[in-house]
Amino acid sequence: MAGFDKVVSSYEEAMAGLEDNMTVIAGGFGLCGIPENLISEIKRKGTKGLTLVSNNCGVDDFGLGILLPDRQIKKIVASYVGENAEFERQMMNGELEVELTPQGTLAEKMRAGGAGIPAFYTATGYGTPVAEGKEEREFDGRHYILEPAIKGDFAIVKAWKADRYGNLVFRKTARNFNPLAATAGKITVVEVEEIVEPGELDPDHIHTPGIYVNRLILGSFEKRIEQRTVRSDT
Amino acid sequence: MALSREQLAQRVAQELQDGYYVNLGIGIPTLVANYVPKGMEVMLQSENGLLGMGQFPTEALIDADLINAGKQTVTMATGASIFDSAESFAMIRGGHVDLTVLGAFEVDVNGNIASYMIPGKLIKGMGGAMDLVAGADNIIVTMTHASKHGVSKLLSNCTLPLTGKGCIKKVLTDLAFIEIKDGKFHLLERAPGVSVEEIISLTEGELIIDGETPEMSF
Repeated sequence: MAGFDKVVSSYEEAMAGLEDNMTVIAGGFGLCGIPENLISEIKRKGTKGLTLVSNNCGVDDFGLGILLPDRQIKKIVASYVGENAEFERQMMNGELEVELTPQGTLAEKMRAGGAGIPAFYTATGYGTPVAEGKEEREFDGRHYILEPAIKGDFAIVKAWKADRYGNLVFRKTARNFNPLAATAGKITVVEVEEIVEPGELDPDHIHTPGIYVNRLILGSFEKRIEQRTVRSDT
Repeated sequence: MALSREQLAQRVAQELQDGYYVNLGIGIPTLVANYVPKGMEVMLQSENGLLGMGQFPTEALIDADLINAGKQTVTMATGASIFDSAESFAMIRGGHVDLTVLGAFEVDVNGNIASYMIPGKLIKGMGGAMDLVAGADNIIVTMTHASKHGVSKLLSNCTLPLTGKGCIKKVLTDLAFIEIKDGKFHLLERAPGVSVEEIISLTEGELIIDGETPEMSF
């Protein structure tokens, strides 16, 4: 690696430095656009006591769900969870701490974390269990709560294409939380389907500039579908 | 007769206007897309980052990178756009979506809504519902008027943890179309063949009936 070249050649190298009890922010919505091989590498490493920040927690045998059987996740910050039996068991037994966060607030927490904004006011969650213990303030007659930003020791991201400098392009709704996660990690690791040379991506079409990216790796992806819905006509 | 799921969707569809950007929740709200009046253009917002959601794909068109907020495979309508989750909720929170339709367990006379959590049961989370109810001005809640055991879900005070406070103004149940204002329910329409008396008996919160209540028409 030299200069702005972010490419690493192994998943071991990609996740080097991840230690027990760190906070990891992950992109993805359901199983769409998740950094599936980086998650597998965390499982292989056996890192424990992690706080995971992710919209969801995968399913039993795919996505972040694979970190549950070995109790690698101590706490998850998410908007919608419980699509898997092991998650439910650990949550009900109090083995897994769950901080439910409204989806838009979660996205904005990541954005703020990456943008150097320590906290922000939002009307979302006012008067609900989400507001408990949070500062409230009125602006123009409306009530808002103060939500702190989130930063991660690591951010793990899945993009479609990148150049070697880490400029990223996402594909369709696999974008979701990924560009936000990318900004909020002290070390941001991105896996992609294709890596091209700098200059090959149109600068006008880059979704995430390479400044946010520390490590880049070429992967191959299963891209499992959670809810396969089709129409029968042609 | 109480409205069927399809009739609920049909009645909500009558509230659509040409050029509306609409967010439809999971369940009955999703069915509204099937009843967009002919010649009217609406664009569906899916909060995972898609404006201009199309119909389900054919087998050949399935794309793992293209799903809706219910995690179902979908397609894009002509003129669709894609964006990240923060941008998506900027649209929602910023009040740019013209109509939001979602389900609920309970609503009350103060416009409070409970829709995501039943204590003691499995808690899966609020997803985008709290942002949607806090950000939208024009929300229609679709729900059943009472439980199977006849317990009203239109209350003077919600009993379940809230999804949002003071943010609901319109409720369509299987029995009635109701407006919430000044701390009261106001009966606007009744389902065909459902009597005002039946609606009164199944509404726990204060219900105002102003003259003759018209039947819904389809």
